[in-house]
Amino acid sequence: MQPAELSAVDLVTAVRQGDLSAVHCTEAFLRRIEALDGSINAFLKVDREGALASAARIDERRRAGGPIGPLAGLPIAVKDALCTANLPTTCGSKMLQGFRPPYDADTVRRLREADAVIVGKTNMDEFAMGGSNENSAFGPVKNPWDLSRAPGGSSGGSAACVAADMAPVAIGSDTGGSIRQPAGLCGITGLKPTYGRVSRRGLVAFASSLDQIGPMARSAADCALVLETIAGHDPGDSTSLCDEVPRYTEMLEQPLTGVRIGRVRDHYAEGLDPEVARGVEEAFAVFTAAGATIHDVELPHAKYGVATYYLIAPCEASSNLARYDGAHYGHRSSQRTGDGFESPLLEMYCRSRAEGFGPEVKRRIMLGTYALSAGYYDAYYAKALKVRRLIRQDYLDAFRHVDLIGGPVSATPAFRLGEKTGDPLAMYLVDLYTVATNLAGVGGISFPCGFTRSGLPVGFQLQGPALAEPLLLRATDRFQRLTDWHLRRPKAIA
Amino acid sequence: MTSAASPTAEPFTTIVGLEVHVQLQTLTKLFCGCSTAFGSPPNTQVCPTCLGLPGSLPVMNRKAFELAVRAALALNCRIAPFTKWDRKNYFYPDLPKGYQISQFDLPFSSDGQLEVVDPKGAFAPRTVGIVRVHLEEDAGKSMHDEAAGTADTRIDLNRAGTPLCEIVTQPDLRSPQEARAWLNELKLLLVYLGVSDCNMQEGSLRVDANVNLHIPQPDGRIAKTPIVEIKNMNSFRSVERALTYEAARQWEEWQATKVEMGRMPKQTRGWDDPAGITRPQRQKEESSDYRYFPEPDLVPVTVDEPQLARIRAAMGAPPTELRRTLADRWKIPAYDADVLVNQGRELVAYFEAVATAVADGKLASNWMQQDVLRTLNERGGTIGEFPVRPEQVAEIIGRVQKGEFDTSRGREIFAEVLSSGRPVADVVAALGIAAVSDDELIALCRELIAANPKIVADVQGGKEQAAAGLIGQAKKKNPNANPGKVRQMCLELIRGM
Repeated sequence: MQPAELSAVDLVTAVRQGDLSAVHCTEAFLRRIEALDGSINAFLKVDREGALASAARIDERRRAGGPIGPLAGLPIAVKDALCTANLPTTCGSKMLQGFRPPYDADTVRRLREADAVIVGKTNMDEFAMGGSNENSAFGPVKNPWDLSRAPGGSSGGSAACVAADMAPVAIGSDTGGSIRQPAGLCGITGLKPTYGRVSRRGLVAFASSLDQIGPMARSAADCALVLETIAGHDPGDSTSLCDEVPRYTEMLEQPLTGVRIGRVRDHYAEGLDPEVARGVEEAFAVFTAAGATIHDVELPHAKYGVATYYLIAPCEASSNLARYDGAHYGHRSSQRTGDGFESPLLEMYCRSRAEGFGPEVKRRIMLGTYALSAGYYDAYYAKALKVRRLIRQDYLDAFRHVDLIGGPVSATPAFRLGEKTGDPLAMYLVDLYTVATNLAGVGGISFPCGFTRSGLPVGFQLQGPALAEPLLLRATDRFQRLTDWHLRRPKAIA
Repeated sequence: MTSAASPTAEPFTTIVGLEVHVQLQTLTKLFCGCSTAFGSPPNTQVCPTCLGLPGSLPVMNRKAFELAVRAALALNCRIAPFTKWDRKNYFYPDLPKGYQISQFDLPFSSDGQLEVVDPKGAFAPRTVGIVRVHLEEDAGKSMHDEAAGTADTRIDLNRAGTPLCEIVTQPDLRSPQEARAWLNELKLLLVYLGVSDCNMQEGSLRVDANVNLHIPQPDGRIAKTPIVEIKNMNSFRSVERALTYEAARQWEEWQATKVEMGRMPKQTRGWDDPAGITRPQRQKEESSDYRYFPEPDLVPVTVDEPQLARIRAAMGAPPTELRRTLADRWKIPAYDADVLVNQGRELVAYFEAVATAVADGKLASNWMQQDVLRTLNERGGTIGEFPVRPEQVAEIIGRVQKGEFDTSRGREIFAEVLSSGRPVADVVAALGIAAVSDDELIALCRELIAANPKIVADVQGGKEQAAAGLIGQAKKKNPNANPGKVRQMCLELIRGM
């Protein structure tokens, strides 16, 4: 069997048992990247030499009888929003073109220490702002199921590279749906853990109170394997949780008998594609067959989720992105005309930011700056914080009656590239079903639950209470034992 | 200090409020592990966090928070049980994140006060309200190289992220002299508590002042001049000078324009120390909308009573308390206690060692002020480096008390111990100091009385102070002669004649 066809769990087992060398495994995926990525554009940087060198070191250590980590030999693609000490980290922006961080993100450090092999950095919407990957400064990613369609975003490169078997696992980040939505549109499994479960240190910040790193893979079992390594308290991130990390991989077996899954009526409002609605209903039926019970629940303030999110996230972003001023690192404009600028310094700031940021990033910086301004703060940011608390309370209330909440991950299957680029508001609505999870700080997972007639994946989302990752993974794993949607591969690139 | 002109002589009252920034004496920065040491080569004490690199995160330094709480407690502030961090957003090259982590609407402490008393009574005791004390990170330093044509600005981020306490007072000060005295008291307090070294040259204490005038009008109304913020004062002396200048300037402006507060925006002026004047500073075009919002990278801080008790217990006595304690324990005047305490904790310990050994606080205090402090001031350095140790001072005083020699001989011995570094006993021997027997003394007095009939006649005529002439001569003939005894004996001998 080709390594690219094996699950992450099987790959690490094969490497551990000596049935497969880390180098062989890495080479197999690098070959897929070389063959396919020209048409998909999932990678911003492929680190062939670095990956093969670390794979060789792992093999050598294993042969010498030395200890090897739990992810030994597992190729992993990392979203370019995470800092990597020896690799460029652009965050999909011209602003950071050529920037090489002097340190590894905590997640990257944990992956390296677990002997995972980092094969490259994946494409993304600039500064993780977008739902289609069309906001990348380095060209859009194509959906492997239909190259004329978007893979979703912002972790579109991570989703597409797993969907096309260019890596068995990828790391994404999710601020308002950026793991779950592209996972859904690309037919893979993506987990957004509880806020604080994975350290944000070294994740280039978009909206600090919402950002969360998580695994993207072909199955819940593979996500569980990677989450065990990347989760855990980091003294370098004050918002990371101290709770002990459970053995997710060992908690998948228990059946779903008696697990209560909530269904939100508002999820079936106007705008939900009928084929998506059908796939979601069929998924509920699978869960029922697995022993779970389905209950109607209310999230009365969820309808304000997108509005709330598009205040809080831009406000934080406007501040987080202030550091990109051309003074210390990143893009600095060389133009100095003096025309209309109060000072050369101001001209450097303005030109560097004007040249370095793309239109969506600028739009959100302006939105956030406006909403935080004196005289508008109370009407916008302060009010958004209040609604956020109501949304969080909705979830707390709902989780007194159900264990999980199920539903669609996005209203439509993958849309065509360019279809929404002229309409920012339409693009913002792709986060409709996902933003509330981040606002509430809880966890969510998305996975394929069917396909449209034209062969596009349909995603299902489960949300759980804080630190319910074991149940989210177990429910998804159970679903994947009963169905084979997650095993389908795109024909377009086979 | 020169005595100030009487405030009543001026047709206005000067109203002053201060905003003081002090760097806390921590080893590491507020949100990362970099050293806060002063004077290292530029940009050598930096890391991803204080450089504001992408993905970096702050983690609060607990020690800094404790020191800040210590300062606030000493300023009699209310400590908030819940406090949070906020971002203050503005662009400047020495602010690498584009925002400063500070505290906005929920500072960790507020509503305090600190009294300043002038022991010489130059002004009435003044209690100055503290609006708030909050903690924030310092920015880096911009060094503008304005050499012809180049006008480069160099950035040193070693200071970026150093913990800074901002102390804001009520406009309770009523003269430039009071402002200076209050700052001295604040500095003393913070140094006593180990909160800050308050070194203004190194920038670990910075002061801005807000000043305006209250001018009584003939109709009984009080006219108030527009408030001016003065920046760029690099010593307490310049604070006093700048405020004095600014009060005079505002008075002149008032007489010319009659413009009152509220009719123009608050002005910022910079103090030009060599020129001795304040100059208007360029106003920022968009006046300070810092778009404060809660810092999402840090968790709020809660403070409970056991924590406060622990911080209080580790605090030590503040200067005001120590002045009272010293005055009570050693029966010394308030003025003496003030002088001693104002020199710092080490000198107080020195004094108490001397006072304990000689069991006489006033005597020890006199020696501290007339000998130890005077020579310390001449020599420079700290009391810890002073070559004459408290045991030695006590030994000299003890021998004076026993009558081995008089105070002026004691002073000579002190000076010799100081310059030679030899033990007191050696110096006493070397100077030929020896006790004089009563017989020797009587012989000496008789000789002097015989040689000075005029003095004898004066004393007999009732002018006992004329005996001083005999004492002077006695000292010349025998430097070891105790003047008190000489005087007593001579008077007895003359009366018996």
